[in-house]
Amino acid sequence: MTDMMTETGQLKETPQTTEGVGGMGHSVKRKEDPRFIRGQGEYIDDVNLPGQLWLDIVRSPYAHAKIKSIDASEALNVPGVAAVVTGKDLDGYKLAWMPTLAGDMQMVLPVDTVMYQSQEVAAVIATSRYAAADGVAAVIVDYEPLPVIVDPFKSLEPDAFVLRPDRGPDKANNHIWHWESGDRAATDSAMDAAEVRVSEDIYIPRIHVASIETCGCVADWDPVRQQLTLHMTSQAPHAIRTVLALVAGGAGLPIYEQNIRVKTHDIGGGFGGKVPVYPGYVLAVAASFLTGKPVKWIEDRSENLQADSFARDYHIHAELGATKAGKITSLKVKTIADHGYTDAAADPSKFPAGLFNVITGSYDFDNAFVEVDGVYTNKPPGGVAYRCSFRVTEAVHAIERMVDILAHDIGKDPAQLRMENFIQPEQFPYKTPTGWSYDSGDYPRALQKALDMIGYDDLRKEQLEKRAKGELMGIGISSFTEIVGAGPSHDFDILGIKMFDSCEIRVHPTGKVLARIGVQSQGQGHETTFAQIIAEELGFPVADIKIEYGDTDTAPYGLGTYASRSTPVAGAATAIAARKIRDKSRKIAAHLLEASEDDLEWTNGKFSVKGSPDKSKTIQEIAFAAYTNHPAGMEAGLEAVDYYDPPNLTFPFGSYICVVDIDRGTGQVKVRRFVAVDDCGNIINPMIVDGQIHGGLTMGFAPSLYEEISYDELGNNLAGTFMDYLLPTAVETPAWETGKTTTPSPHHPIGAKGVGESATVGAPPAIANAVVDALWHLGVRNVDIPLTPQKIWAILNEKGVTA
Amino acid sequence: MTTQHISLTVNGTVREADVEPRLLLVHLLRDVFEMTGTHIGCDTSNCGACTVLVDGDSAKSCTMLAVSANGHSVKTIEGMADGANLHALQQAFWDQHGLQCGFCTPGMIMQASWLLARNPEPTEMEIREGIAGNLCRCTGYVNIVKAIEQAASELRAPASTDAPAEPAVAS
Amino acid sequence: MIPAQFDYVRPAAMHEALQILVDREGDAKILSGGYSLLPLLKLRLAAPALLVDIRDIDGLDDIVETTDGLRIGGRATHRQIHENPVVAGYPMLVDAAGGIGDPQVRNWGTIGGSCAHADPSSDWPAVLLATNATIVLQSAAGTRTVPARGFFVDTFQTAIEPTELLTEVIIPRAPRPSGAAYAKLERRAGDFATVGVAAQISLGADGRIAAAGIGLTAVAEAPFEATGAEAALVGQEPTEATFQAAGIAAAAESRPGTDSHGPVEYKRAMVKEMVVRALRIAAARAQAQR
Repeated sequence: MTDMMTETGQLKETPQTTEGVGGMGHSVKRKEDPRFIRGQGEYIDDVNLPGQLWLDIVRSPYAHAKIKSIDASEALNVPGVAAVVTGKDLDGYKLAWMPTLAGDMQMVLPVDTVMYQSQEVAAVIATSRYAAADGVAAVIVDYEPLPVIVDPFKSLEPDAFVLRPDRGPDKANNHIWHWESGDRAATDSAMDAAEVRVSEDIYIPRIHVASIETCGCVADWDPVRQQLTLHMTSQAPHAIRTVLALVAGGAGLPIYEQNIRVKTHDIGGGFGGKVPVYPGYVLAVAASFLTGKPVKWIEDRSENLQADSFARDYHIHAELGATKAGKITSLKVKTIADHGYTDAAADPSKFPAGLFNVITGSYDFDNAFVEVDGVYTNKPPGGVAYRCSFRVTEAVHAIERMVDILAHDIGKDPAQLRMENFIQPEQFPYKTPTGWSYDSGDYPRALQKALDMIGYDDLRKEQLEKRAKGELMGIGISSFTEIVGAGPSHDFDILGIKMFDSCEIRVHPTGKVLARIGVQSQGQGHETTFAQIIAEELGFPVADIKIEYGDTDTAPYGLGTYASRSTPVAGAATAIAARKIRDKSRKIAAHLLEASEDDLEWTNGKFSVKGSPDKSKTIQEIAFAAYTNHPAGMEAGLEAVDYYDPPNLTFPFGSYICVVDIDRGTGQVKVRRFVAVDDCGNIINPMIVDGQIHGGLTMGFAPSLYEEISYDELGNNLAGTFMDYLLPTAVETPAWETGKTTTPSPHHPIGAKGVGESATVGAPPAIANAVVDALWHLGVRNVDIPLTPQKIWAILNEKGVTA
Repeated sequence: MTTQHISLTVNGTVREADVEPRLLLVHLLRDVFEMTGTHIGCDTSNCGACTVLVDGDSAKSCTMLAVSANGHSVKTIEGMADGANLHALQQAFWDQHGLQCGFCTPGMIMQASWLLARNPEPTEMEIREGIAGNLCRCTGYVNIVKAIEQAASELRAPASTDAPAEPAVAS
Repeated sequence: MIPAQFDYVRPAAMHEALQILVDREGDAKILSGGYSLLPLLKLRLAAPALLVDIRDIDGLDDIVETTDGLRIGGRATHRQIHENPVVAGYPMLVDAAGGIGDPQVRNWGTIGGSCAHADPSSDWPAVLLATNATIVLQSAAGTRTVPARGFFVDTFQTAIEPTELLTEVIIPRAPRPSGAAYAKLERRAGDFATVGVAAQISLGADGRIAAAGIGLTAVAEAPFEATGAEAALVGQEPTEATFQAAGIAAAAESRPGTDSHGPVEYKRAMVKEMVVRALRIAAARAQAQR
């Protein structure tokens, strides 16, 4: 508990620290901004080392092909080209294949077979960026095309081409794994007994996160010091360091973990796309090792879209059982997960389908069964790289669509149906039928607030009036429960490494603070928000606290930032480490004030003697004393470290309501209004939280209407550049309306829950529900995103209402 | 390969270089002049992260050759602040939390500076249309619009740089 | 992302540029604003040996109204056209110019470059076809004019000879009362059109449509004039029923392909829809001139 919370864990409305200190609840202006607004940020392509070479990559035009030959002779004659590396070269170092973060195997470079269009085929190393590109254009590869599989259902057919013969003869199929959760028998039984059964096929297409900065690195092997420094865009630098050490060890290279330094710089957006270990990074390391020079690799946007980790591609079949009155009793889900040619989804190892089994959502019922089957296809690997909280976007989309279909089927208002099925506040902590224990929530309050903010009743009246005139207007609701903060050690690990996180705080004699954390900002504002946590606990002004992260030589081991885990895990570690410092400070204060520790009270950055407030010491005085006048027998200094193993995940939630108008002539969907009420527990920085929500909503809006990566039958990527992969501009993006409720997490040291992905999770079903709501009276039950004009028009045309 | 000698003004200073004709203006700025504030976000001239001003007009520097800029003047994000004094746009982006990862920000600020020079009092829609060539993935544009509105207001009526005098004691 | 190598010259005067086109015929490619050419070079879809940058040639971006109509220099940018006061009298051009790409594209992209590049989805060709514009080409041998109808020959192919430079576009003034509009169906602001319709009608003394011009883009191998739709308009009252008939005719003579904008059936339907929407506005503008 902090001063922020009352005895019962509720947030006090006003911040408990002054604006000058800037603790929790203050909209402190960001400390990182001065460099960004001046163009003085340091992103990976801004890093240039003396003598550096450039690496560029030859990529396959075919989705599935044998490599008959690679002719590098012309490339080697291009001025500036130093070397060309192929899979056969890497094979000699046992580096052609390496593990993925999901425990499968991926190719660094193919020895004989390419598996997806734009796969890396050869690496060109040259003395300049332009020469490397010329070298790539001059490499001649002879391919023999093989049959392509882009449909995961076809991939599962008994006679399908076996895409991964490397898995051995007893796995001569394209089925990767089967995973299930819940009680199949009890669910089947409840479903059979249900008065109403609603089922639907929901496809959530492949999308790409497309942060404005692409991926890249500068690999710097120092042969004299035998040190590897890998400057890279990584959301999880420590995990990368350990993986590199294991891969190097497996290849017999003298690159050991104490001599590997992974250093991140400013990262221009991650969203999950900068978690995986892409071949480009490994190739740069190998090239640096071979040449003894730094090697830079920066991918183009086309490469990024066509080869880097995707998200979604879930074919979901869902069935909901309920009473006639609309009380949900059971949920059954079967999903085919298209993973591309290998499972490289960076999910915790026990959860190959991520946290998809949170699909029971915000609703109170007893029976659920969820099964997922992962499948190989000739596409790039990945699966969780788009702000999805480990497949929670897919889960929430499915349950919110099903709930809306149920409501429409039985003729009940969708808001009413949700209210009647919500888990109620007094039921928390709530154990779901798939085994999650939701920490806290007040779903009715959030939904009511959203309904009030948007003027729901008037909108329903307007909808009836418009429908009578043939105008298509829809209202869609999404009441989501998120699940973030991976995760407790008994369940969560990535490649065996537990998903704790960490903070190390050091207080200097002059009362200034240096803190290092195991997570990694890519725009989330950690230099500010983590300082605010420390400011709250210790009373140092935010301006006096420096936050560092991303250098594995100095930052404590952490699992990085993705799946909204920074505040829940590293934020907790930070608060606990700060409290360890406060505990030591109390002892020092007692010594300075010649009082007993029990006689001291802590407020506003100082310890004072109870009943004699003028007898006090500020935290700054205590800091100085830690080096100059600490009690006998106590170690000097004032620092602490905490590695936090969260006891549970945290469960942010919210209710979103979207209003759409559909142009009957063109099928275009216009979002007229969008209200988002979010609850992420106690808020560190309201301005930053709002920013996360605006951005998250936009990344939920975009796949709902614009974004899709699709392939033709030959495996050609049909959206491989920004000409075809459409990111919304400021013109298309709605003016988001946001609201908050605050339901702290009872188990989190500062009651906070994490928020980075809530809006990406919650927004798409609100939009899809609105569009289906607009079309329901025509007999439409479901439309898959993206809700493109051509898709909507085809429906209107079929129903004869385009005029 | 033959190079050409070029001379152009960058942020008020004459800069020279010998470049291949195919060298993109953005690479001249970043790799030759080592001014890395201008960023590259795509390869099809869509994202606008590379936006600079050429002779006062906003341009995507990835879609211009360095040799085409020979004899012309270029302004980049590095030229916006006046020493320690931030430009009103820079201050406004900071005040309004108009950036998160910061990667689109230099291009966004340059484009906004062009917009406000021509339209000092834009409506919200005019701002959104004015930055339609600049993609952002982090902010959802809401606070970017607010930042540009704040800067527009500030540029129309700059606050006095003197601190307001303490009110005299009432007599 | 990185173009192949090429040579580059920036001639100071027209005759120099034209001579280079003769001397280096086959090697030379004109560089105007660069917003069509440079993306091609960066993707290495084109690799000319020599770029001829015409930005220093004086007078190529003039916009002048004469008794015949509007003369627009080939180097006039989309923004210059959009903002020029004399163009205000040609609202269809204002519509089209303001919707091409984004503000940066409009600052530098030129009408001449756009027409010479002739992307099958670009906006200016539809406008030129609808207005029966004339395109002026200069070479070392002299000047010739080509009607817009006959200029856009095939996908990315025009009537320009390798030694010619597009120097001017002449938009004839339509006899009053007339009205014209450009209606563009696009995914996002400024994207290439899913369907682009330029529609111009002139009214006779009897209030019926005396002349009509419909130019379509993005729905065939090249932008083209919808002569069937025009025939369905001439002699008719400017009513909704007439516009619908014109829309149906235009859809029937379109030859769209399936792509990320949609399947053939959708595009044909959108031709009809956007022709009707363009004609509604054009007719309203024409009525305002009576």
